[in-house]
Amino acid sequence: MKPKDGKTFSFGRAAVYLLLVLWGVIVLFPFYWMVLSSFKSYSSYNAEFVPRFIVTDPTLANYRDAFTAVPLARYFLNTLIFTAATTAIMLTVTVLAAFAFSRLEFRGKNAVFALFLSLMMIPGELVVITNFVTITDWNMRNTFWGLILPSVTSVFYIYLLKENFEQIPDELYKAAKIDGTSDLKYLLKVMLPICRPTVVTVTILKVIECWNSYVWPRLITDEQAYFLVSNGIQEIRENGFGRENIPAMMAAVVVISLPLVILFLVFRGKIMSGVMRGGTKG
Amino acid sequence: MKIVLDHLTKRFPNRNRKIREDVVAVDDFTVEIPDGCLIGLLGPSGCGKSTILNLVSGLEEPTSGRIFFEDRDVTNLPPEKRGVGLVFQNYALYPHLTALENIMFPLGNLRGDERLPKDEMHARAVEAAKLVQIDGLLDRRPSEMSGGQQQRVAIARALVKKPGVLLLDEPLSNLDARLRLATREEIRRIQRETKITTVFVTHDQEEAMSISDLIVVMKDGRLHQIAKPQAVYDDPVNLFVAKFLGTPPINVFSGTVKAGKLLIGSEPVLDVPGVGDGEVTVGVRPEGFEPVTEGGPSSAKKGGWIPAEGLSFACALDRVEVMGRDTSIVFAHPTLDGAFGRAIVDAEEAAGLEPGTVRFALRPSKTRLFDPKTGDRIHIAGSAEA
Amino acid sequence: MKKQNLKAWLYLLPAAAFLAVFMIYPLIDVVVYSLEEGYNSASQSYFGVGLYNFSYVLRDPYFLQALKNTLILVVITVPVSTTLALLISLALHSVKALKSFFQTVYFLPYVTNTLAVGLVFMILFKKTAYSEGLVNLLIGFFGGPSVDFIDGPYWAKMLVMCIYTVWVVMPFKILILTGALASVNPEYYKAARVDGTPKARIFFRITLPLISPMIFYLVITGFIGAFKAYSDAVALFGVDLNAAGMNTIVGYVYDMLYGNSGGYPSYASAAALVLFAIVFTITCVNLLIRRKNVVN
Repeated sequence: MKPKDGKTFSFGRAAVYLLLVLWGVIVLFPFYWMVLSSFKSYSSYNAEFVPRFIVTDPTLANYRDAFTAVPLARYFLNTLIFTAATTAIMLTVTVLAAFAFSRLEFRGKNAVFALFLSLMMIPGELVVITNFVTITDWNMRNTFWGLILPSVTSVFYIYLLKENFEQIPDELYKAAKIDGTSDLKYLLKVMLPICRPTVVTVTILKVIECWNSYVWPRLITDEQAYFLVSNGIQEIRENGFGRENIPAMMAAVVVISLPLVILFLVFRGKIMSGVMRGGTKG
Repeated sequence: MKIVLDHLTKRFPNRNRKIREDVVAVDDFTVEIPDGCLIGLLGPSGCGKSTILNLVSGLEEPTSGRIFFEDRDVTNLPPEKRGVGLVFQNYALYPHLTALENIMFPLGNLRGDERLPKDEMHARAVEAAKLVQIDGLLDRRPSEMSGGQQQRVAIARALVKKPGVLLLDEPLSNLDARLRLATREEIRRIQRETKITTVFVTHDQEEAMSISDLIVVMKDGRLHQIAKPQAVYDDPVNLFVAKFLGTPPINVFSGTVKAGKLLIGSEPVLDVPGVGDGEVTVGVRPEGFEPVTEGGPSSAKKGGWIPAEGLSFACALDRVEVMGRDTSIVFAHPTLDGAFGRAIVDAEEAAGLEPGTVRFALRPSKTRLFDPKTGDRIHIAGSAEA
Repeated sequence: MKKQNLKAWLYLLPAAAFLAVFMIYPLIDVVVYSLEEGYNSASQSYFGVGLYNFSYVLRDPYFLQALKNTLILVVITVPVSTTLALLISLALHSVKALKSFFQTVYFLPYVTNTLAVGLVFMILFKKTAYSEGLVNLLIGFFGGPSVDFIDGPYWAKMLVMCIYTVWVVMPFKILILTGALASVNPEYYKAARVDGTPKARIFFRITLPLISPMIFYLVITGFIGAFKAYSDAVALFGVDLNAAGMNTIVGYVYDMLYGNSGGYPSYASAAALVLFAIVFTITCVNLLIRRKNVVN
């Protein structure tokens, strides 16, 4: 829209950059603050009535506290298990269903698919109540299965994968059939590799969702041994380190945030295009 | 309005950042477009045609050189001050507006004294729509119209401000073959009616030939030739222009000139007075071949040109293709550029030809010589080229 | 054909089973719960069927507080975040230098744990025995009075809640809008320039209508998302949201279900259905408006 290639300085351009930098600061500042505070010692943090924006004598004591005073490593491990298991089962379930919808012919296919699609509109809050009761009745509170089971299907991901599978030309399937390839082998050796970008997108989105999930774990676990990181953070917030130890809290927050930030920086393009294709927050 | 481009040059920074050297899209381009002309800007894709259009419209500024509309220097004027209408290859109709709203859109930009009352705007838009004959479709959105109809709306939108210059960027390339024919007649008609100076960019030589008053042939940002369509075809300034125009394309042989005679292989085929001895590139239009038999030229009975005795050469005849009115002879020759050449002859001339050897005489008016190194035209003295 | 049928159902079986148990059955069940009066979760018995649960919930001051909070949150954050995201996306779209750097930075909050960053926000806004909190110092620097944003007056708490919600939802909106702006065919802008269209007219008559489907999408998802606000509130104000007066509808549902005030799945179900009805109505209204105003 601009006539010249930015050689001349203009007031408008300066305002644009000012806005961009300002929002950048607003976005980054909480992260900066949490890292900064996590390196301040407990005494120096509390001694600063006006907080300093740099840390003069960095200490790792808060990180030690975060791992010793609260079972942060346990929370971490739990989240890792929960995320890995949920994502793996979810992928299996959704890929199989998407394959059935996209490649196989069976009676009532359209009706079943329509039913699936209509389930996309159901908010999770509506079904949580009964699921809570169900899991409680099954004596699965404070177990990994109780955490995992209700979130291993996603109608939206089935839909996403099905759309992608359908773009693979029929000829490939026919060729595979003539060569005597079984359906399952075709799915694993042909369809999944071709649709890898979508599968990766779905995986990443699910990992983010799992890592940040809070409500369901909170309902279903009350033993610390099964807390996920979000619940751990909440626990730290409520009961803390015996005293209001903000630097240690910040250290815990940094540790918890780091894996996803790294994941994001590595798969930036994939995550952003994946979210653009159909992620929403929460 | 007369358009003058004076030593126009446009460089872009190279997209590949490793290469420092700029891309020269338009290179020292000088041309004068007379008032009221429909000119076809012709060249292969990537030759800088669209850049020329963007420079004339003011969407881009030249690196150097000047642009004049009549005597007015418009080089540094923004597009809206130039009074140009531009029709895009994909029409660029606003999809959320109806045809009428699209056509009225440019009028809505006018401010101050230039601003027209609402009903005047409407009248102007309807007038433009009538000119392109889509006044029955004014309430439709672009998605509800065919490609040809969208094209007309785009032209109406470009014309509604009564610009001095109309620029069309590949206007027919998105239409199917049948519509393309009809639309190009339509563009010709609209141009005749409005007498507006029109520049028409295309890579299709047939399109350019059929409707232009003048054709500008360009390649790699440089002007090669500006002339009337028939003149560009008959009298190309160099081998590129000769090859770029004409379907089927010109046949190119390598030959030699010895003592005023042109030889293809070792056989003399044409008298070429005034041409110095040496290697030459020979271009022969498909209609420039005359099959000759042992007993003399087969078309001797036809009036006009009679091939000279003894001036002909032998080619390997591959096959004869009959396509309605014309018959083409597909042949091979060791000095030919490409595997096969193609000659178009009258049906009765081709009768009786069998795969094997065929002898051709060359019509001087369809045979052109070029410098094998530079590709520049070598003129033959006298009236031999006529 | 029969065999093919069987095989297809085999592939579908896991998904269908999970959906049946954890989506379809609960969907029916939640309605049943909401109609069972006086349900006792210990004895699993109830003594009547009717709409009492709904009338209880709709008269419960905690629910009304939660409803009010949620409505304020929705009404403030959806327009603010959408407008702000549009401004930032326009700015982002108009620059070349550092564009992808800014895009990366802006997206960062999307991948971070809401609870974790909420804690940082709380600390920035909180007044403690040792410090006024950074935000209060900033306000003081400009000569304003200091306010306790976390345990103080209602409007201050609401403000923090809105600020944090906007901060959390911006990455998604900026991403979608920059994508929408980038997908506008540049020829429209060229055509507009040839006609000398003023910048404001280009924006309102060309850009805005062309990206309006995406804006509507963001408004709808924004409404739905803001109505479901919960974990942001927990992050800022702790688990006992009723005490803080900052509960949300979803928070009310969970509180009814579980925790100190829990054990009332019937009330929870009724509240959840009320939420669903509100969200559903607003989505439908949005879609109707959209159908009238937006062309694709």
